[in-house]
Amino acid sequence: MKFERYGKGIAKGLTVTIRHLLRHPVTAQYPEQRLNVSRRTRGNELIWDKEKCTGCATCAKTCPQGVIHIITSVSAEENKYVVEKFEMDTGYCISCGLCVEACPYEALFMGYAFERAKYQRGELVQADEMLLASAKRRPSGYMHPEIASELPRQTLLVERITEEK
Amino acid sequence: MAIVDSAPTALGRLETLPSDWPVGFWSHWGVFTVVIIAFVLLMVMGFIWLERRGMGRMQARLGPNRAGPFGLLQPVADAIKVLLKENITPAQGDKIVHWLAPVVVFAPTLMIFAVVPFSDGALLADLNVGILYVVAISSISALGVFMAGWASSNKYSLVGAMRNIAAVVSYEIPLVVAIASVVLLTGSLSMNDIVLAQHIPFILLQPLGFLIFFISGCAEINRSPFDLMEADSELVAGFHIEYSGMRFAMFYLAEYSEAVIISAIITTLFLGGWRGPVLPPWLWFIVKVFIVFFVMVWTRTTLPRVRIDQLMALAWKFLFPLALINLFITGIELLTWPEALPWVMILVNIAITAVLVLLWSKFFKLGWGRVEV
Repeated sequence: MKFERYGKGIAKGLTVTIRHLLRHPVTAQYPEQRLNVSRRTRGNELIWDKEKCTGCATCAKTCPQGVIHIITSVSAEENKYVVEKFEMDTGYCISCGLCVEACPYEALFMGYAFERAKYQRGELVQADEMLLASAKRRPSGYMHPEIASELPRQTLLVERITEEK
Repeated sequence: MAIVDSAPTALGRLETLPSDWPVGFWSHWGVFTVVIIAFVLLMVMGFIWLERRGMGRMQARLGPNRAGPFGLLQPVADAIKVLLKENITPAQGDKIVHWLAPVVVFAPTLMIFAVVPFSDGALLADLNVGILYVVAISSISALGVFMAGWASSNKYSLVGAMRNIAAVVSYEIPLVVAIASVVLLTGSLSMNDIVLAQHIPFILLQPLGFLIFFISGCAEINRSPFDLMEADSELVAGFHIEYSGMRFAMFYLAEYSEAVIISAIITTLFLGGWRGPVLPPWLWFIVKVFIVFFVMVWTRTTLPRVRIDQLMALAWKFLFPLALINLFITGIELLTWPEALPWVMILVNIAITAVLVLLWSKFFKLGWGRVEV
């Protein structure tokens, strides 16, 4: 005679909930607490290295959305292209990372930041100096393990979430 | 008849008030009315906080934590929000009944606390039919629920109210039978005498009675897993769908003060009421009430909601026969074995409970699945 349905399942369920009562909650209270995103994240901006860029426009050809707009002129005495304008409309960017993979001179990086929302549509169009790396615009480790090794470790939700009050 | 006979004794007890209370009938009445209203409102706030925070933590969330330290002022913020909202009465509704229903639901919950002892003799009226009074008064709020459902002039609220009444009426029976088995042990209906009789908490002497009372108490006040009439994750509201503003707040208040009452009655009947070492009696009472409510929150977080047919089946096929058998066994034990050692009785009763629950698990299943008719 097999005994079941006498409340064993209820007892199991009760132990599960009480165990959850005693663990850390996973809620991150966003404006006060920020989690470290993945080191290989494809954040919502593009970092451009002006020194390495040769103006070959491989990135612009690869981009499936046609986001990148690049204008070059020829400098005869230096025998190379000069980038006159490097512009991208991040509003259309799908963060596929193909431009970064395609760049033969490793002059393009995906961004590490994720808080780049804008109030105006026009602000989404970034050009030239706006695309350079800075303290606020760090390149992410996508396609670049040497950068990834220097970025902080990703926060896992099971660790170190504390209530802030 | 019983009430008429008891009137002199009840008044006689009131004359022997504790010396630190202001003497006299009306001052006693006034002090305890204020104490009871304050107690119910503060406990409701505490319960709302405990439920939302406790449930949040059980679901690995934080729960409300913005208003005040640890979100303690969240019930206050909720109250202010809901009081500032517009009071809407449906154009086709019955205006007077719609206005009256929240009061009819809420008032009995305050009245019940007249007989709940906070300490030895510290209660508004030590009725010698105390627990009967509780059962009688608590049924009034079912009328208020139906008034709300009817007066809203809305088919959903009417159906919700009908289901609510069906559940309350069904679960009243095992509830009362479980109370009767406790009353058999004490030989008194007075809440104060029931507490005084509990040298051992009756949860040990009446484990099956406690289980039945807890389950049917949860069902009576429509707490999860029996909250299918106002399932907040599935339906809009149930019987109070057309209520807003102040009147909705009354229903919300009534819902939680009913939870306070069921917790207080479970504490009084099964957990030894205000009795306990070291701490003052009223503090023991509050602590035990909070423990009972925590178990309610715990089961709410754990168990999935039942269907209406499962709800009815649980009442009539599971709880009612077990409650009757429990009453019968308690009666036999008291007749045949009146001076048995309490610890022997505890072991025997726990064994009987285990056997009966196992036996009924073979007879009765809650999860038959969908039955095509």
